Amino acid sequence: MRRAWIVVWKDVLSERRSKESLNALVFFSILLLFVFQFALGPERARVEAALPGLLWLGFILAGLLAFGRTFLVERENDCWEGLVLSPGDKSAIYLGKLAGNVLLMAVVEAVLLVLFAVFFGLDFTGVLPALCLVLALGTLGLAAVGTLFGAITAQLRARELLFPVLLLPAVVPILLGAVSATQSVILGQPLAEAAAWLKLLAAADLVYLVVGVLTFEFVLEG
Amino acid sequence: MTATGLEAVRGATAPPPASDLMIQAVHLRKIFGPTSVLDDVSLELGAGHGVTLLGANGTGKTTLLRILATLVRPSGGSLRIAGVDAVKAPDTARGVIDLVGHGSWVYEDLTALENLRFWTTMGGHDAAPARLRTALESVELDTVADRRARTFSAGMKRRLALARVLLGRARLLLLDEPFTGLDRAGRKWLSEYLMSFKARGGAFVLATHSFDAGIGVADRVAILAGGRIALERPAAGLGLDDLRRLYDDLAMGAEAGS
Amino acid sequence: MAVRTLGWLAVLALVAGVATAFGYAPREVVQGNVQRIMYLHVPAVLTAYLAFGLVFLGSVGYLLTRRPGWDRLALAAAEPGVIFTGITIASGSIWGKPTWGTWWTWDARLTSTAVLFLVYVGYLLLRGMIDEPDRRARAAAVVGILGTANIPIVHFSVKWWRALHQPATILGPEPSPIAAPIALTLVVNWLAFTLLLLYLVAKRTEIARLEDLHAG
Repeated sequence: MRRAWIVVWKDVLSERRSKESLNALVFFSILLLFVFQFALGPERARVEAALPGLLWLGFILAGLLAFGRTFLVERENDCWEGLVLSPGDKSAIYLGKLAGNVLLMAVVEAVLLVLFAVFFGLDFTGVLPALCLVLALGTLGLAAVGTLFGAITAQLRARELLFPVLLLPAVVPILLGAVSATQSVILGQPLAEAAAWLKLLAAADLVYLVVGVLTFEFVLEG
Repeated sequence: MTATGLEAVRGATAPPPASDLMIQAVHLRKIFGPTSVLDDVSLELGAGHGVTLLGANGTGKTTLLRILATLVRPSGGSLRIAGVDAVKAPDTARGVIDLVGHGSWVYEDLTALENLRFWTTMGGHDAAPARLRTALESVELDTVADRRARTFSAGMKRRLALARVLLGRARLLLLDEPFTGLDRAGRKWLSEYLMSFKARGGAFVLATHSFDAGIGVADRVAILAGGRIALERPAAGLGLDDLRRLYDDLAMGAEAGS
Repeated sequence: MAVRTLGWLAVLALVAGVATAFGYAPREVVQGNVQRIMYLHVPAVLTAYLAFGLVFLGSVGYLLTRRPGWDRLALAAAEPGVIFTGITIASGSIWGKPTWGTWWTWDARLTSTAVLFLVYVGYLLLRGMIDEPDRRARAAAVVGILGTANIPIVHFSVKWWRALHQPATILGPEPSPIAAPIALTLVVNWLAFTLLLLYLVAKRTEIARLEDLHAG
């Protein structure tokens, strides 16, 4: 859809010019690394054992920040009503914003992976394709719910509080599935082992996307 | 402001629409919690006509305009825009409406041209660069076409919003204080644009609290006070002083009554 | 009035439920009397599911028709739903303490129910934060719809997650065929809870309607 694409184009352009979100998120990822290390203590083994969980913890925390800001640029520039008044299918806006969020998270996740590899001396090269698949499925689900709830909380006074409260319980399945699948992949197991989890993630992604596409127009009114 | 620019932008125009009623608002009410902002507002506007809505700040002008724009649902009453029930099918109605409100829908990190490209595409219109640039010429923003909107003054942002309207195919224009921030040449341009908009069969509602601008272009003047349209008169022959007197009487009457 | 009859029926059924749970159902050999809490725990979770089904119904109903009655249904069902979920968790925890030795383990059903609890508490918090009725109803409806659609997904993900780490602990009715007295007691209590839920929903809907009338 042309309109979904123009929304992505606009957000990527805005982000590239201002670099607000990306810089802060990347820096946040670096900070997380230190926080995780300090919280777990100096033994390498502990971090390695907790790695899948730490990765996804990092992704979710970054996601909370990123998705909460999905419509910030519309709010700040007073453009929300412009989106509401644009004719046609509103789900194009949802998909465009979703795509933008996925792109943003992809960059953050890549940075976090590299940081983890460097700081904890880990080697992901052997399992990279499988890992990317898990990341993609998990991120899609997170972003699908995050974009929808981001729109809901965009106009609220207490959005910083309410957004995590709504998002975290809703994405529990993604967290469980992604961590388990990541664990399996990192241990070098063949993809078939994680197949059940991947199917769960895919099913969850589908459900969240469908709900998002169908209900977004009701969120965007007024 | 170039008149020829207007012609060029219009390009292929639709044939003049039938003279149906653009707005049929009947007994509109709007309540926010315990406060009743609009009590009983009825308004009719035919194609090719314009009405200026006068009222002090806080009288509900903006709320009424937003209801007409289908941004806000009325608490009661009915609204038809170009024959379409705007409460039941707001999306259909939105196809013919354009709003120039308080916010000018300008993304600060984008250039003027990019902003136009975004909104024109979102509106489903042709966003060819040549078309966009011509529109910018018409509002005299062509020199800053590739400058980021962050640097624009309020007046420039308002003009950008008008360029956006030029590129659309709206038949009903809703304007909230559109003359603010425009210099004399800008006001003249806007007045001329609104006249030609009417001539092409469009209709507009112009909300303002200032008496000088906006009276000349309208066919009717309506004064909003006490949550209802207290007065509606043809604009022709209405002197500025008469208007001011009427308005003050009504405003005081509304205060005494409430 | 139909609602009042419903209320009395619910009270009768609850009395019958307690009577059968303590008088009629047999004392379990291994776990002892604490196993009787199952007659609270299982009906509570079933009723909670029913409540959230009603939330879904109300949410979809509002989005399709914009009639406030549907939104009131969603609200009226969500509040008892959260309470019944809380009862499920508390009773599950109490039941498990003698068996597990701790108040909490990440047992599959208990965890799923806890996640459900969090989702709908969030739902109620969201409702509390929006004053404008239409905006509130729409936002709540979307969250409610996603919450309900998520129930099976949460259930499976938690179940598989538990299966990875520990065999499932037994926190449910005896393996089939279930003995007749146990089944009967379960059914009576389940019926009682359902009646209670329906009564609460009906009452809460009425209160909500009066609140809206008063505010508008």
